[in-house]
Amino acid sequence: MKKYKSWKSRLFDAVVVLLLIILGLSCLIPLLHVLALSLSSKNAALSGRVYLWPVELTFTPYKMLITDIRYLRALAVSFERVFLGGTINLVMTVITAFAMSQEERDFPARKYYMWVLLFAMLFGANMVPWYFMIKATGLMNTIWALIIPGALPIYNAVLVMNFFRNLPKEIKESALLDGVSPIQMLLRIYVPLSLPALATVTVFSVVGHWNDFFNGMLLINTPRKVPLQTYIQSLTINTMETSNTSLTPEELAALSSLKTFNAAKIIVAALPIVVFYPFMQKFFVSGLTLGSVKE
Amino acid sequence: MKGFMKKREKKSGGRKVTIRQTWQYHLLMLPGILVVFIYTIIPFFGNVMAFQNFQPALGFLKSRWVGLRNFQRILNMPDAARIFRNSLQIAVGKLVLSMLLSIFFAVLLNEIQHAKFKKTIQTICFLPHFLSWVILATIFRNLLDVNGIVNQVLVNIGLIKEPLMFLGSNDLFQGVLILTDVWKGFGYGAIIFLAALMGISPELYEAADIDGAGRLAKIWHITLPGIRTTVVLVGTLNIANVLNAGFDQVYNLYSPIVYRSGDIIDTYVYRMSFLSAQYSLATAIGLMKSVISFILIVTAHALARKFANYRIF
Repeated sequence: MKKYKSWKSRLFDAVVVLLLIILGLSCLIPLLHVLALSLSSKNAALSGRVYLWPVELTFTPYKMLITDIRYLRALAVSFERVFLGGTINLVMTVITAFAMSQEERDFPARKYYMWVLLFAMLFGANMVPWYFMIKATGLMNTIWALIIPGALPIYNAVLVMNFFRNLPKEIKESALLDGVSPIQMLLRIYVPLSLPALATVTVFSVVGHWNDFFNGMLLINTPRKVPLQTYIQSLTINTMETSNTSLTPEELAALSSLKTFNAAKIIVAALPIVVFYPFMQKFFVSGLTLGSVKE
Repeated sequence: MKGFMKKREKKSGGRKVTIRQTWQYHLLMLPGILVVFIYTIIPFFGNVMAFQNFQPALGFLKSRWVGLRNFQRILNMPDAARIFRNSLQIAVGKLVLSMLLSIFFAVLLNEIQHAKFKKTIQTICFLPHFLSWVILATIFRNLLDVNGIVNQVLVNIGLIKEPLMFLGSNDLFQGVLILTDVWKGFGYGAIIFLAALMGISPELYEAADIDGAGRLAKIWHITLPGIRTTVVLVGTLNIANVLNAGFDQVYNLYSPIVYRSGDIIDTYVYRMSFLSAQYSLATAIGLMKSVISFILIVTAHALARKFANYRIF
C-alpha cells in the first residue's frame, strides 16, 4: 500500500473538502440566520443588520413564546398527535405486515388483501369524498381526524412485510411445531427480531405527523385544537397579507416585532427534529434498503 | 409488480389449510383493511363525481350525470394547460437537478478518508430533508425578501443592481421552487448513491493505483460506472413523479401574483375543491392526474425491473 500523496492528489483533496464545506454551509446558513434573527433586537432585525450572529442579543421572543398560550397549545396538540399517531401507525404496520408476510399456503386470502392495499396505495383517495367521509364518520375537528384516516401507512407495511419475509424460515417452522399461535409468534419472535426495522418506519411516521400542516388546516377548525405546523402556517399567511398593503410606521413596527418572534417560533418548531435527528440518523440508510426483496 | 402473485402453492405439499389456522391472520388484517376501505377505497369511488354535476346537498345518487362534459370543459380551459405545464416543468427540473447534485455530493463524500469530517458533512446535509415546508418556507421568505439577506449579498457583490422579487416574479418563481427543493433534498437523496458506492470493490481502485491513474480518472472509470445501475434505477423510478411538483412547498411559497408560473395541479385542485366548491371539475382534474400517474408508476416499475432487476412487491 502506498501512502505517499502527490501534490496533485493533495490539491484534489483540498478542492473536494472545499466543495463539501460549501455544500454543508449552504445547508446550515439559512437555519443559522433564523436562529440569529430570533436572538436579535427588533430594530436590528428590521434594518437587515442580522446575518449569522445575533445583533443586540435578546431573549425577548423566547420569553414571549413561553407565555403565548396559543403557541403552547398547538405544541401540546402536536406532541399528542405524534404520540398517538406514531403508536397507532406502528401497531397497524406490524399486524398488517405480519399477516401479509405469510405464505399463500398458510393464508390463502393474502393475495386479495394485497390487491386492496396495492390499489389504495396506487390510486389514493379523492380529496373531496375523503373529506366528506371524515365528516360523516364524526372525526372532524377532533385529533382523531389526523390519526385514523392514515392509521395504516401502506408503504411502511410493505417495507416491514418484506423484512419479515427475509427472516429465516426455520424460526417460524420450529415455532409452529411447538404449537405457538400466529399472534404469539408475532409478539415473541417477529417483533423482537425486527426492532431496527420497526424503529425506521416509526421515524418515518413520527416525522410525517410532526411535519404535516395540511390535514390540520383542512380537518380542524377550532383554533385551540390545531397542531403546531398548521398554526405556524396560518401565522405566515397573516403576516404575508398585511405586508402586501401599504403600511403605516406603527404597523411596520408591529410587523418587525413579529419578525423576531416568528423566527423564535420557527426555531422551537424545528427543535424536536433537530434534537432527535442524531438518534434517528442511523435508521435512514436501513430504511432505504429495508424494502429490497432478496430471493 | 407481479412478484407477490407468484404461485407458491406448488411447494405446499398438500398441507391442509383450515380456518382454525387462518382466522388470526384475518383478525390482524381487519383493522388495516377497514381503515383503508373507509378512508381510501370508498372515497376513491367518489371519483364518479367527475362525470356528474356534483352538489353536496344532492349527494352522489341524486346529482345530475353529465358524461364527459367536465373533461371537455377542462380541455378548453387555459388554466388546465397551464397547471399541467407548470407541474411538469417544476417536477422535472427538481428531479433532474436533485439527482445530479446528489450524485455529485455522494462522489465527493466518497473521496474523503477522514471519517469524522465525512460524518459531520453528511449529518448537516441530511437535516433539511426532515424539516417541514411550513418551517422552510418561512425561512426562505425571510431570506428571499426584497430586504432579505440574499438580495443584500447579491447587490453588495454587484451581481444585481436592484433587489429581486424572488417570490413575486413569474420569471424567477419556478427557479426558486426548483432550487429550494434541491437544497432540501440533495443530501438525503445521496444516501442511496452512497450505499451503492460502498459496494464497489476496493481492488478496482488498487489496480488503478498500480496503473498510475489519477483521482479524476478513477472517479470517471471506476466510481461512476460503479453506481450506474443505481443511477438508472433512481432515474427510472423518478418517472413516476413527473407530475408531483410538491404541494406543501408550492402552497407555502406561492401567492396570486405567481399563479401564472407557480400554480400546479395539486394546488389548483385544492383551491377548486375547498375554496371555490367546484367539486366535479376539481375531481375531474385530479382523476386525470391519477390516471396519468398510474400509467407512469406502472411504466417506471416495469422499466426498473427490466433494467435494474428491482422490485418492491
